[in-house]
Amino acid sequence: MNVIELQQVSVRYRETKIRSLKEAVIRSVTAHQKSGFFYSLHDVSLTIRHGEIVGIVGPNGAGKSTLLRVAAGIIAPSEGAVVTRGTVAPVMELGTGFDSELSGRENIYFNGALLGFSRAYMRSRIDDIIAFSGIEPFIDAPLRTYSTGMVARLAFAVATAIDAETILLDEIFAVGDAAFRAQCQGRIERFVNRGATVVIVSHDLEPLETLCSRAVWVSGGRIRGDGAVAQVLADYRRSMAG
Amino acid sequence: MPLAYNLARVSSAFLERRTVAGQPLRWMGEVRDIRAHASLLYELVHRDLTVRYKRSVLGFLWTMLHPLLLMLIFVVVFSAIFQERTPHYETYFLSAYVAWNFFAQTTVNAMASVAWNGPLMKRVRVPLSLFTVATTVSGLVNLMLSLVVLFSIMAVVGAPFHASLLFLPVSLLLLGIFTLGASLALTAVSIFFGDVREMVQAGMPAIMYLTPIIYPIAIVPDRFRWLIKINPMVYIVEIVRAPIYYGILPAPLTLTIATVLAFGSLAIGWMIFRHLAPRFHAHL
Repeated sequence: MNVIELQQVSVRYRETKIRSLKEAVIRSVTAHQKSGFFYSLHDVSLTIRHGEIVGIVGPNGAGKSTLLRVAAGIIAPSEGAVVTRGTVAPVMELGTGFDSELSGRENIYFNGALLGFSRAYMRSRIDDIIAFSGIEPFIDAPLRTYSTGMVARLAFAVATAIDAETILLDEIFAVGDAAFRAQCQGRIERFVNRGATVVIVSHDLEPLETLCSRAVWVSGGRIRGDGAVAQVLADYRRSMAG
Repeated sequence: MPLAYNLARVSSAFLERRTVAGQPLRWMGEVRDIRAHASLLYELVHRDLTVRYKRSVLGFLWTMLHPLLLMLIFVVVFSAIFQERTPHYETYFLSAYVAWNFFAQTTVNAMASVAWNGPLMKRVRVPLSLFTVATTVSGLVNLMLSLVVLFSIMAVVGAPFHASLLFLPVSLLLLGIFTLGASLALTAVSIFFGDVREMVQAGMPAIMYLTPIIYPIAIVPDRFRWLIKINPMVYIVEIVRAPIYYGILPAPLTLTIATVLAFGSLAIGWMIFRHLAPRFHAHL
């Protein structure tokens, strides 16, 4: 079964962005030509099957994050269609949606709700999440009293407690030290063992080599390579070196 | 620490979701989506209320204090002028003002909420209208608190309570629907044009003074009556004031116009929102 299907998807933005009504009115009078488009994704077709672990690689601005956001249903395609089957949970940036005035515990509930989980379900999981975060003594203090490291640990504990059929991870290796990465990797392996589908965007190629079976290489909003992880990463490395 | 995953909880249905470019949001889909995110709606309202009251030193007292202070100012300033014509001027003013304040605050807060939650909307998939709905719901909670204050004031000054109060829930429902529609339209447009919020904020006092909230309709000269007739807020405010202050059900014509306005506002607001929503992400 295909859990994600991108069918000839394009995502485009206007090159000149109009930010205010004033500007729009002035421009409608003075500007004679319409502004052009910038394509963040251009005619991309991609199918991800149930149970696959797919790594997505590419240089900065290649459209990797856009691809993940379209797949997650966060942004609508400008052209083409997206079909998803089952729950798709994006983990975009750790700590998204944290409120500094709320306590750690309240933030756990709020983040759970953002991912679509009921309070009752979160209540059944909260002890695990707090224990895993390792900041139990401070969990009822407002988040603004936390150190950056504590916030990151809490965010990671919440994000990886998700229980979705497909999980999209955007650059989660970019933050944290070596121990944190090992933790990430352990969690991803657990997702996989549970039978979840995992899509990982990463700049760091090493974890992908061990975790993924398939890799997709994105560049300039188009797919340049798609296949066995070793082959695609080798091609990608060669292009980066050359 | 190992986490025990409960696989049985995960639905095995693998529900299909299809998004086609250029397709506006669907009403049924959005309603279903909001229902599926009921816990987030609860959390948003909860956060809205707790953060607001935690941040202010006076906490919940502030909700009480705000109308009290306003009443004091307006009553002192205007009752001398209007008291003759309008007995219990404080009730006359506040019964309309709480409705107006709900409308003005909710629309402006809804636009602020979308701007504020923009980064969130780019990172998690939530029904796009959820933030607007949440702002309307927390506005309604605040409205209830203001009504408690109003009724307390009425009890203290000895203003009469009428059986017509039983009609108030219908009025509040229509007020809520009208406000939700206006908020949907305004949030959608304000995502595209950031200055719309400031324009609305600046325009609100003007609309308030064009609506008989602090003054009785009777003092409006005949040649300006048409201004009152074409102002939708007049009807919306009147259906709230009638059962509280006048002790009567709203006049059938006023109620009919208010009902049409409420559902018309929701229909138009949703129409604008559903067509603009697929392009929000480029402007957040």
